Amino acid sequence: MPAPAQRRIIFQHIDEPGYTNDLACYRKHGGYEVMKRAFARPPAELVDEVKKSGLRGRGGAGFPCGVKWTLLDKKSGKPVYLVVNADESEPGTFKDRYIMHQDPHQLIEGSMITCFANNVKQAYIYIRGEFPHGARILEKAIAEARAANLVGPNILGTNYSCEMYVHRGAGAYICGEETGLIESLEGKRPYPRIKPPYFPAVLGLYQCPTIVNNVETLCHVKHIADIGGEAFAKIGTPNNTGTRILCVSGHVQRPGYYEFEVGKITLGQLLNEVCGGPLPGRTFKAVIPGGSSAKVLKFGERFKGKRKVGAELVDYDWGVEDVPMDFDCLGMIGTMGGSGGVIVMDDSVSMVEALANINAFYAHESCGQCTPCREGSLWMKKISSRMVHGAARPEDGALLKSVADQIAGRTICAFGEACAWPTQSYVTKFGEEFSAYAATKSAAKPAGATELV
Amino acid sequence: MNLTPATLARIDEVIPHYPTKRSATLPLLHLIQEEAGFISPEAIEWVAAKLELQPINVYEVVTFYPMFRQKPIGRRHIKVCRTLSCALLGGYKTCATFEKEFDTHLGEVSPDGEVTVEFVECLASCGTAPVVMIDDELHEKVDAAKAKQLSDQIKVEAKARK
Amino acid sequence: MIAPAKPELVTVNIDGREVAVPKGTNVIEAARQAGVDVPHFCYHSKLSVVGNCRMCLVEMGLPTVDPATKAPVMDPATGKQKINWIPRPQIGCATNATPGLHIRTQTPQVKDCREGVMEFLLINHPLDCPICDQAGECKLQEQSTGYGRGYSRFIEQKNVKPKRTLLGPRVMLDDERCILCSRCIRFSNEIAKDDVLGFIDRGSYSTLACYPGKKLENNYSLNTVDICPVGALTSTDFRFKMRVWFLKQTNSLDTESSVGANTVVWSREGAIYRITPRQNDGVNDTWMADSGRELYKQVAAADRLAAAKVSGADSTLDAAITAAGDLFKSSAGAVAVVGSGRSSVEEQFLTRKLATVLQAPVSLVSRVGKGDGILVSADRNPNVRGALVTGLINALPAPKLTDLAVAIDAGKVRTVVAVGEDLAAAGLTAAQLAKIAIVYLGTHANTTSAAARIVLPSLTVFEKNGTLVNQQFRLQKFQQAVPAAIGTTDDLVILSRLVAAAGGPTLPVDLTALWKVLAAEVSALGPMSFASLPETGLLLDATPWAALPFIEGESLHYQPSSAKATEGRPA
Repeated sequence: MPAPAQRRIIFQHIDEPGYTNDLACYRKHGGYEVMKRAFARPPAELVDEVKKSGLRGRGGAGFPCGVKWTLLDKKSGKPVYLVVNADESEPGTFKDRYIMHQDPHQLIEGSMITCFANNVKQAYIYIRGEFPHGARILEKAIAEARAANLVGPNILGTNYSCEMYVHRGAGAYICGEETGLIESLEGKRPYPRIKPPYFPAVLGLYQCPTIVNNVETLCHVKHIADIGGEAFAKIGTPNNTGTRILCVSGHVQRPGYYEFEVGKITLGQLLNEVCGGPLPGRTFKAVIPGGSSAKVLKFGERFKGKRKVGAELVDYDWGVEDVPMDFDCLGMIGTMGGSGGVIVMDDSVSMVEALANINAFYAHESCGQCTPCREGSLWMKKISSRMVHGAARPEDGALLKSVADQIAGRTICAFGEACAWPTQSYVTKFGEEFSAYAATKSAAKPAGATELV
Repeated sequence: MNLTPATLARIDEVIPHYPTKRSATLPLLHLIQEEAGFISPEAIEWVAAKLELQPINVYEVVTFYPMFRQKPIGRRHIKVCRTLSCALLGGYKTCATFEKEFDTHLGEVSPDGEVTVEFVECLASCGTAPVVMIDDELHEKVDAAKAKQLSDQIKVEAKARK
Repeated sequence: MIAPAKPELVTVNIDGREVAVPKGTNVIEAARQAGVDVPHFCYHSKLSVVGNCRMCLVEMGLPTVDPATKAPVMDPATGKQKINWIPRPQIGCATNATPGLHIRTQTPQVKDCREGVMEFLLINHPLDCPICDQAGECKLQEQSTGYGRGYSRFIEQKNVKPKRTLLGPRVMLDDERCILCSRCIRFSNEIAKDDVLGFIDRGSYSTLACYPGKKLENNYSLNTVDICPVGALTSTDFRFKMRVWFLKQTNSLDTESSVGANTVVWSREGAIYRITPRQNDGVNDTWMADSGRELYKQVAAADRLAAAKVSGADSTLDAAITAAGDLFKSSAGAVAVVGSGRSSVEEQFLTRKLATVLQAPVSLVSRVGKGDGILVSADRNPNVRGALVTGLINALPAPKLTDLAVAIDAGKVRTVVAVGEDLAAAGLTAAQLAKIAIVYLGTHANTTSAAARIVLPSLTVFEKNGTLVNQQFRLQKFQQAVPAAIGTTDDLVILSRLVAAAGGPTLPVDLTALWKVLAAEVSALGPMSFASLPETGLLLDATPWAALPFIEGESLHYQPSSAKATEGRPA
């Protein structure tokens, strides 16, 4: 079956020749018209549209956006904050970068509609520190919007006021975790908070009710406000509505970002047709479908079971290539859609070395607050690093897995899973490579294969 | 602390962006580092005083975030992405090229004072791997050859300055 | 006596047992009340909850209700309401008891969680228990007996961190032992209000540190040592002096101010090695000031009075008491008594008896410092209220003995009995001291003991039993930790013998017997006895003294009544 055509909603103007990131260009393309119309509606109606749209968060967890908004504690009387999570840092993910650099007003418009819908008077865009230009572009865009009375006091004469500022991170993956991000925005070490009691919707930024939404998610809000929740829900597949930007990197012919209706394209179509297949002379070995923390898929493994299609339960029997790229299908086969970052590895890659690379990332990024993640992530790094540096033991694979099992599900935040899942899945699915590594003290890999650690 | 009036103005502009002064910790550290090149103990104490915090509150933050430096670095900061997507396409070789070109080691200032080469974690541009940031500029698809070319360019600029 | 308010109770189920606990109690405390230990490191009942150690993971569930009808869903197997168990383990410290909450602490999953956390905490922890001061009271050591693997699977290099960092004059830090629980940081920030500690760097390399150039030197720094669950923070005073399991623990009180922090005195073979706070939620929670921990040093101080003296020559106690009796007779009608706010309630009662027999006026010396708003109050006498309760005085004392000085100058007072007070420090001049004969009861040498006709060496608080009344009018007891120093005599014995020598009745010195007299004669002490007084004390009815202008400001668990009265009034 040929791959469906891309459906560019969020990335409509990305890389479009002549499209610039200033307000004039954005307005020429109909910019802020949706916001104007939205501001004429009762806020509750907008929340309802988003609920009806079925939009799920694009940051990683896939939590329904409308539900997140309705959890807001509006009775407290405290101000409500919006924090835009622009800390894009899950390895393999590079979608928000292009929105912010090339189409910042789309994000601002989506955010302002979100603010209006939830009676937010102050929004912050928390952008990762490694995007200095992105921060400047957003600051300039906000200034333009402010000058045009689209942000700030009494917006477009509606009596509604909302301020927006850019806040730069400084190189910490954990700031992508929403409560870690809030702590960082409060000027502290970004230690994720315990939940309960610190659910952002109740006790978020400055202990006030807070919405934390991903950049792509907020852009979708603009389009939901534009076409309506019901129409949006018709894009994609049931429970996996809208479009999704899939970021492909690693060993494919044409890496890059592609926007498709959610669930309308399979992993095989994406990698083989859209991305042009493996590099010359190589075959696919493994793929991480949703950012580096998602469990790895091994080409050749099969997934069987029953799933709901409409009202019916139907059997499925999929190879990796057959899996539709949506939250539910990827969840069903034991991994996740996560942040949409697809990392492909071909047969030149040693999975022990790939894991060592990923373990180094998580050991470096663990905030160190809670015991299992702090100690476990570095221990896993030390084991896998020792393995690739010539001192692998036959029992190391099992030890790695056991350490990972002692982390997942026991930490303050989801970083515990993020750092444990790679190890759990690599050792389970590529166990023979781990034992072989101990036997030969190095990986069986072709000459010229790249170093990973 | 000897900050330029421009930086001081930006500091005073950013503090009221937040309902609590402490929130301005990261913005102030960024502004100071942009001007001074690194965060000195004096800077930590200055920020603490400015934001009505204890110095330890600022010190904790400075040491957590890798982008804040406590020591001066080379004139140019070369940050090579180390994470998987870039490594799969030769990020380690890219890094080694920069190290060799400037006769330096990771995290050190090169002997000519021109650069500091560092491995950093994912720069979120995995589709154009391997990527390198030189100061604020992102360079895409930097294989060993392109790394050599970028190094040469830096050297030429260095010579022109002298 | 004042009864505490009754809290609202909720019933939770812990390992199959129902237990009613006050609403808001967290799962660790609820389990404790049910006799179930939930191991933990970072949680401390008097600090904010951070949930970082993950040792208190337990299984939790709530009774299932039908989402539509809200009717309970019954489990046919048990006939009870079905429990909806949360699949993931939850931390006990951050979960408060709600009605019907079910907890399981003994399942394989919970055991596995504890073993996992223990292994993680130990991989980078040095194996130096044999030389570690914390051994014997180390939570890590304790829990590893229950949840340790017994061998290590960790063959990598351990993290290297700073060792022997002097954080301040009294606290030493070994970062390699630190398990990053943040108790000390939270204490410094939340209780001592001295934010000098923090974590620097990140991940497994995170390190506890004091800001360079600053010191952990506030007067509460040693509490960080008390609450450190491991041997990361140790006391420079106690370090390497004695293994804790050799030490005997005696309940005592901090006598440095009217707060009356509850303490434990740790001693062996007559020597005191350290003083630590004892939990009293109505007084000092689990804290005490560093200054109060130094007081034990007075027991073996070089200037300790070690022999009774008469006119400068060593004497037996009998001879000294006889000499005092003679003196009382020869100066009958011209004797004054200077009592003390540092004496125990029982001693103050006997002092009053002595004054009555001698028909002597009584003065007390106030001792005023700056209150720190925490556990050291402005009134540096621990027992001024005891003197009020026993009727030794009726008004608050002044810092100087002005009236007595006038009486001495006028020749109306020729003999002064000074109970532990240095008259020179209280304002009497050398000339005035020279004009009078002094009977001095005291522990240490000073100007008054040097000038005294009769010196009667007595006991420090660590060598005797008794009670004190703190700023809240809470009657609290202290107990003898070490034997009396050679040459000294219990203050009660001395006072009782002085009463007899002055021609008064024979009064009991045994506390049980003496308390019968006290209870009969002092209305505020009503039906109490020394033996029945709870370790955390009893609040007395303070109404008779409510109008007195006490000098204490607000401190932990204390609000001055004057502050209440002036609230809302313009300054």
